[in-house]
Amino acid sequence: MSIGPYSEKVMDHFMNPRNVGEIDDASGVGEVGNPACGDMMRLFIKVEDNIVTDAKFMTFGCGAAIASSSMLTEIIKGKTVDEVLAITNENVAEALDGLPPAKIHCSVMAEEAVKAAIEDYRKKAV
Amino acid sequence: MRKVFFDHISTTPLHPDVLDALLPFLVGKYGNPSSHIHEQGQLALRAIEEAREKVAGLIHATPEEVIFTSGATESNNLAVKGVARAMKKKGRHIIVSEVEHFSVINALLPLINEGFEITYLPVDQHGLIDPEELRQSVRDDTILISVMHANSEIGTIMPVLEAGSVAREKEVYFHCDATASAGHIPVDVERMGADLLTLSAHNFYGPKGAGALFVRKGTRVDPLQEGGFQESGLRAGTENVPGIAGFGKAAEIAMDEMEDDALRLRGLEQQLREGLKNRISHIHFTGHEVNRLPGHVSFWIEFAEGESLLIYLNINGVMAASGSACSSNLKAQDEEDLVASHVLKAIGVPSDICTGSITFSMGKWSCPDEVDYVLEIMPGIVQRLWEISPSYSDYLKSGGLRR
Repeated sequence: MSIGPYSEKVMDHFMNPRNVGEIDDASGVGEVGNPACGDMMRLFIKVEDNIVTDAKFMTFGCGAAIASSSMLTEIIKGKTVDEVLAITNENVAEALDGLPPAKIHCSVMAEEAVKAAIEDYRKKAV
Repeated sequence: MRKVFFDHISTTPLHPDVLDALLPFLVGKYGNPSSHIHEQGQLALRAIEEAREKVAGLIHATPEEVIFTSGATESNNLAVKGVARAMKKKGRHIIVSEVEHFSVINALLPLINEGFEITYLPVDQHGLIDPEELRQSVRDDTILISVMHANSEIGTIMPVLEAGSVAREKEVYFHCDATASAGHIPVDVERMGADLLTLSAHNFYGPKGAGALFVRKGTRVDPLQEGGFQESGLRAGTENVPGIAGFGKAAEIAMDEMEDDALRLRGLEQQLREGLKNRISHIHFTGHEVNRLPGHVSFWIEFAEGESLLIYLNINGVMAASGSACSSNLKAQDEEDLVASHVLKAIGVPSDICTGSITFSMGKWSCPDEVDYVLEIMPGIVQRLWEISPSYSDYLKSGGLRR
């Protein structure tokens, strides 16, 4: 049982983050930060035939920020661009079995990162 | 797994002798000190008066000047609000350092609504106030100066003797929050020229829920709550007799052991600081190098966030603290509360870096073995966080140039 501030799922994704790293030939890169607490997330996506086939991330931040980043990459892989754009921070937080109220901004950062990455992809694709 | 408690600044384990001293007042001796007409009441009254003498001894006060409270937060509130409300006819200006504990900083908020003006005295990069600047901040309507003895987050010991002499010279009350220092380094209300001084039992091996405010004879203080006439009328409510008995014992032990403990802790502090310096690059130590609490090592590491470091340390059995925005306020209901530590901001650490601050605070039973263990696990933890940090990646790609 987790009696700390975080769910077991958050702790799992924090300790064993999925899809850490960079994609050299990324279709899009999204970088967002939260200047208030110094967190920063960089998301790399690979898009093929309108489907996100790969996602990797690098994040500087607290446990919730790292777990949100990791969860996000799991959620978006295999989804279409439109499906990915519909993902909200609530989806990320729910998938992590919830975040402490003060940490909701970490899931917001994940949502913003993916929107920024798609925007970058669309810009490059034009 | 090995457990290492390096968070003595948040609280300390109870000394076994303190437990022995307080237990009888939980079990057989249950009297109310106000009912001293009978035997049980007399036992309780004697216990708190003996404790008062010991606590007074620790800070070189007289017993009548020691007011027992529930802890440092209450003592700081009583000092700040109590003096302000008793003195408001004389003036409504208060000076505090900007690195005071929240129980001072936030106690000022209702006073601002009551028409008080506050001057927040800045600190230098080591966390020290400038006594000359303090002197110049005093106005005709200044009624109180409040400067902490030592800062829990960065360990710096403030020039309180100088602050006290400014207060004397200007005839302004001087309150000193000695929560982090009492029982660890000498605290002398006479030398400091303190009119009020805050103490907390659980910060030096006593029980939680027991604290004291030293109130110099003749100092005008309004009580915070209405009720009976306990504690010279300054703190209504039945005394926490077991807590106070334990507090007294903790004070007695501190008087005996403080000097030896401090000497030993200085050694551990050096071992830990030098070890970290040698093993971890991009590490920046905070606070004053010499004028600091014994056994206190605080720092931040570039590209590694404080809360993440703390979680990994805890996974490895090491308990520490962070001045991190994201860990200090985990129970905050509001994102607005997630501001970087006011202490780190005050010493000039940029806010995107404040999140990396770590405080290791060792205590009476800490040993060189534990320091070795922490030194062994730290580099791996830092490396793990660096490996997923985008700014560290940029740093490496730039060939080691600064961000």
